[in-house]
Amino acid sequence: MGESEGNRTAGAASAALAGLTACTKLPTEKIVPYAGEEPEEFIPGKPLFYATAMTLGGIAKGVLAESHMGRPTKIEGNPDHPASLGATDVFGQASVLDLYDPDRSQVVIYDGHISDWSDLLVVVAEKRSEWAASKGTGLYLLTETVTSPTLADQMRVLLEQFPLARWHQYEPWGGDRALEGARLAFGEDVNTVYKFDRADVILSLDADFLCSGPGCLRYARDFADRRRVTGPDSTMNRLYVVESSVSGTGSIADHSWPLRPSAIESFARAIAAGLGLKPAGAPSSLPGVLPEWIAALVRDLENHRGASIVIAGGGQPPIVHALAHAMNQALGNIGRTVVYTAPVEASPTNQMQSLVELVRDIEARRAQTLIILGGNPVYTAPADLDFGSSLEKVPLRIHLGLYEDETAELCQWHIPEAHYLEAWGDARAYDGTASIAQPLIAPLYNGKSAHEVMAALVGQPGRVGHDIVRDYWSRKNLAADFEQLWEKSLNDGFIAGTKLEPKVVTVKPEFLAAPPAATALTDLDVTFRPDPAVWDGRFANNSWLQELPRPFTKLTWDNAILISPALGKRLGVTSANDETTDVVELTYEGGKVQGLGLIVPGHPEDSVTVHFGYGRTRAGRVGTGHGFNAYSIWRSGTGGFGTRAVLAKTGMRARPATTQQHHAIEQESEAGFKRHIIQRATLAEFIKNPNFASKGEAARMNPPPFSLYPELPHNGHAWGMAVDLSCCVGCNACVTACRSENNVPVVGKDEVMRGREMDWLRVDTYYEGPPENPRVYNQPVFCMHCENAPCEVVCPVGATVHSPEGLNEMVYNRCVGTRYCSNNCPYKVRRFNFKLYADFTTPSLFAMRNPSVTVRSRGVMEKCTYCVQRINVAKIQAEEETREVKDGEILTACQQACPTQALVFGDIHDPESRVSKLKRQSRNYGLLTDLNTRPRTTYLARLRNPNPEIKE
Amino acid sequence: MEPETPRTQRVPASGGALLAPGHTYGSVTDKISAIVLTRGTRKGWWFGFLITFALVMMLNYALASVVIRGVGLFGINIPVGWGFAIVNFVWWIGIGHAGTLISAFLLLMRQKWRTSINRFAEAMTIFAVSCAGLFPLIHLGRPWLFYWLLPYPDTMGVWPQFRSPLVWDVFAVSTYATVSVLFWFVGLIPDLATLRDRARNRLAQIGYGIFAMGWRGSAVHWARYEMASLLLAGLATPLVVSVHTVVSFDFAIAIVPGWHSTIFPPYFVAGAIYSGFAMVMTLAIPLRKYYGLEDFVTMRHLDNMAKMLLATGLIVAYGYMMETFMAYYSGNAYDRTMIVNRMTGPYWPLYWFLILCNIVIPLTFLWSPRIRRSVRALFVISLVVQVGMWLERFIIVVTSLDRDFVPSSWRMYYPTGWDWMTFIGSIGLFLTLFYLFIRYLPMISIFEMRELVHKTAEEATGS
Repeated sequence: MGESEGNRTAGAASAALAGLTACTKLPTEKIVPYAGEEPEEFIPGKPLFYATAMTLGGIAKGVLAESHMGRPTKIEGNPDHPASLGATDVFGQASVLDLYDPDRSQVVIYDGHISDWSDLLVVVAEKRSEWAASKGTGLYLLTETVTSPTLADQMRVLLEQFPLARWHQYEPWGGDRALEGARLAFGEDVNTVYKFDRADVILSLDADFLCSGPGCLRYARDFADRRRVTGPDSTMNRLYVVESSVSGTGSIADHSWPLRPSAIESFARAIAAGLGLKPAGAPSSLPGVLPEWIAALVRDLENHRGASIVIAGGGQPPIVHALAHAMNQALGNIGRTVVYTAPVEASPTNQMQSLVELVRDIEARRAQTLIILGGNPVYTAPADLDFGSSLEKVPLRIHLGLYEDETAELCQWHIPEAHYLEAWGDARAYDGTASIAQPLIAPLYNGKSAHEVMAALVGQPGRVGHDIVRDYWSRKNLAADFEQLWEKSLNDGFIAGTKLEPKVVTVKPEFLAAPPAATALTDLDVTFRPDPAVWDGRFANNSWLQELPRPFTKLTWDNAILISPALGKRLGVTSANDETTDVVELTYEGGKVQGLGLIVPGHPEDSVTVHFGYGRTRAGRVGTGHGFNAYSIWRSGTGGFGTRAVLAKTGMRARPATTQQHHAIEQESEAGFKRHIIQRATLAEFIKNPNFASKGEAARMNPPPFSLYPELPHNGHAWGMAVDLSCCVGCNACVTACRSENNVPVVGKDEVMRGREMDWLRVDTYYEGPPENPRVYNQPVFCMHCENAPCEVVCPVGATVHSPEGLNEMVYNRCVGTRYCSNNCPYKVRRFNFKLYADFTTPSLFAMRNPSVTVRSRGVMEKCTYCVQRINVAKIQAEEETREVKDGEILTACQQACPTQALVFGDIHDPESRVSKLKRQSRNYGLLTDLNTRPRTTYLARLRNPNPEIKE
Repeated sequence: MEPETPRTQRVPASGGALLAPGHTYGSVTDKISAIVLTRGTRKGWWFGFLITFALVMMLNYALASVVIRGVGLFGINIPVGWGFAIVNFVWWIGIGHAGTLISAFLLLMRQKWRTSINRFAEAMTIFAVSCAGLFPLIHLGRPWLFYWLLPYPDTMGVWPQFRSPLVWDVFAVSTYATVSVLFWFVGLIPDLATLRDRARNRLAQIGYGIFAMGWRGSAVHWARYEMASLLLAGLATPLVVSVHTVVSFDFAIAIVPGWHSTIFPPYFVAGAIYSGFAMVMTLAIPLRKYYGLEDFVTMRHLDNMAKMLLATGLIVAYGYMMETFMAYYSGNAYDRTMIVNRMTGPYWPLYWFLILCNIVIPLTFLWSPRIRRSVRALFVISLVVQVGMWLERFIIVVTSLDRDFVPSSWRMYYPTGWDWMTFIGSIGLFLTLFYLFIRYLPMISIFEMRELVHKTAEEATGS
């Protein structure tokens, strides 16, 4: 196993990486493990789980962190936390790699030289006496979105001490437009919580609510629970999506209509008009959406008053959000499916405006000191603000961050920030529920949290995060026995009773009369989005996320300019057999970027999509130098999309590092349907013919089991899996979870281009129908654990063998690497270590790995094991307790992460197990079963629930 | 191939003779042994040898790099897990087959025309098998563990997995290499003794003497020699068929469309002999010219070999036809897609170039006796066939894997510089060994040529 291997090679590692010893320390304060009595001591090999919270955009999702001997190794969702219910997103899964990233900043820097925290404290103390005199004139703070009650309280104290100090907040993809939309609709700041578990008809106006945003995990679960079909008598909710790009939400929708982003407002107005709201300028028709579809959609919404939701996307302007609120009110959804609460942010701010004001003050030479707590505004600020050159006009600049990034470079002081797994903190979830984030490990690089920096600023230097957070909550008088509350909150991962109360608000209809924004529907729109994997660029140095095949494009290590097939044809942008694609140039508001032009079926015709997060210049060794910087053409007034962009071919060609071939996507999809790899029907068709996936034309794929050999006796467990394609939104959480659980290495951009990505689990995409608006099918594919496994027969050394419980097992140390098994695997789920991909030299990464899973070396084959290490842990536990393994006791890593619970693993010999029940459904089918492989992993055919009145 | 009868051997036309008239035992011996013993090392030899030796150094560099850094240097990926290494392996092992066919099968069939070409054809077999043997070793992810494919008594009680064709391959190829080396060496013994006796140089006398194993040419020696060589020929003959059959099983046993086919064994064997005869011709034509051996390797030999090419080429063409027909006739959607992909997919130029090289060119021209007697035309055709057969292996290996069952995994394969270096390097190794062979060993069997002189004379007087 890697541990001993690691220790052996650690000595040879370069001095630069040797900052971390294999010896890690627990936090000094008491931390409380999740859902269990605390053991008296560590039991080697037995992990403990601790509830904590990870924030993105300031808003928390509850997680459980797995700790092996004090080393966090894996992130799971917290089943009790309302924003998680046990699921995680890709960012949560990958965050454990950030913790151990050897490129994280490790020391306090002053003027490019190593300094010390105590030196900074001296400077702060001097400054404090200045500020005391000037009431804080010239003191500016810039944070990201703050929901942390403790940090907000510290900020309050600071502003009391120095009333003339200024607090700005900025994040490139905050909730500005939703905030302004609520202000427009209600005249006040509110937070919107959706209850998808009560909604039958949902209209998404460019909202990727299932895959993105602080509530997405909960929303995905609630949404999927209302479309889990068990038989012909089941019902499904219905989702309509109009979207300006491609998204997971669009892929699962029953009706998905691509619309250029600037036309979505018109669409919203048309629907609002249909619902009797009388907005100004409601169009009678829209390109691509027939008037009768709009009428049918309106009727469907009206038939589900109080059980429908209209939700607007963060990229859409405030008016669309306001219209959505008005429509929800008109449909009687408020209080039922849509609940308003006080904002979860401590100080709701239009962040773009806040940044603009900050730059204005700096340019007016009002700012003497700027303290940046987290974030990377030099990189993420829109191009027209030129934040970098403004920043240098501030005499004293202090930056707290995980990395010595673009912003740190321009600040005199840089403080290494503690990772959330290293620091005490608190934050609120999408519904306001507050969590205490407890650290699992003492800071690896002596990082400081924002709380500790704030403590220094308010004159309490040396106060540690634990005391700051604990003091804050103890002052809140939430319970008679605070000690008990504290321990319970740490144990549970959230503080009971902190969920925000529903608030009664009423839409002020005045905004409806305002005329719509003038849009010329002839030019090209450009949609800006955070990258699905590296987000706004903060995860750029995370190789797991870099190598994550983005939904639909399957692009890794790069961003691209996403183009519709029609626009691609018009411009002559092509993907060729040699896997190259055209490099295109996008001009917007005078800025130009060049990037790979990727044709994406289902993308709206007159628009392109670019993702933030690339073109980093100081991300670290992993993230620097990939892709183009979309911020460099983004303007402070742009918002989620811009108009009047120009796209041109450059004549150059380049190869995108994609994991699914692009030029052949139509041919691939066609073959996929012919081979019954995707089985699908509408709900109506399913009710008429429940056996569509196994009878008729599909019967060919299900021949009776045939073998020359007698059936093996079946005793004990028989592990199997079922995947409900009707639930998979293609969010990739499973892929990242698998990578983390199974120590799957990253291979880098060049190796991905060569076709050597190592993911044991991939999400395949198939398109059906016209490329302008195809139906999209996501299919997670991993080892099928065939009962007649073609790989096993051809291995000359018996390195892949069958277990009595039906697992197809890889014996890594027996493998000599002929790759014959992979050639003979019809599902192509085997992955080969063509080179030494696992990192055996970076000491910090040794601590991160799952000690129960071998770190594979060069020259051996590997693949999905159904998380055999988890199976064995459960079996041993059951044996110790002299009982059978219970259904649901074993969760594979992919299954555990899945927000929609599309994946179910279990014992197929137990007729009562969830997986057996799913496999008994008539929708159940196997892939390529005509090859007589008898796969243990099967799929439940994808069902859609289109509106019968809409004939697409 | 039409059967060779003694009657046709008596035809006096120069194109039809197996040995130019006027040769005696002495002149044959002089001429052949002189190349090794008295002619010395010529500039031309040095020139060729140094070039090919440089290629061997390149091969060494590439092999060392692959062992040190991993098979990731090659262009293979998922789904195309096998690339140039396996293509080259199958190609080289196929080339070897003609040598065995000539030396063993034609010996049993008592085809006298084999005499003058059998020695270097057999040498070619050994060198080709050596080159072939390299590739399965270095294509392994962990080549230092290759011996796990052998059934040796292991303390853990672990055996190879005998259902895998790769294990059969190990037996087939190692048996083939062993029998070929033995057969070749046994056949060399009388000639080594001749060289020992004629050598003037002490070192050469000792060297040839050791390997001549005390051959004195007594009647008992000859009787034992005849028996041993007959037995070895008997052992080697089935190998002509079996080795490439087993190699074809590497593909036919798998379920990959384009591999999973019952036609593979005969189709592979025919292809092997096809490429092998082409290689013999490629070697024989320059050799007879530069060493003035036109008297021994006559137009008659070339004509016969061209006919062998024609015959095996027709079998290969039948194989292609059946492969395509069966893909259509079986109604198997995977096979149909595979054939369509080969013909029209991203590798279509290679497929049609293969058809041009293997079918169109040889099977158009080799019918013509005029072409069959044109040394230049035959040389060109022999090269074309070898290119075609290499492409055939490429098409079989790569264009079956690149697009198999699950379309999402379809992916192109591109060879890297390392692939080319090992491929071209292996040609260098083959030629280097051949250069050494023609310099230090009699490239034509002296004693068998003497027998031919005797028989030709007998037949001449007998008529």
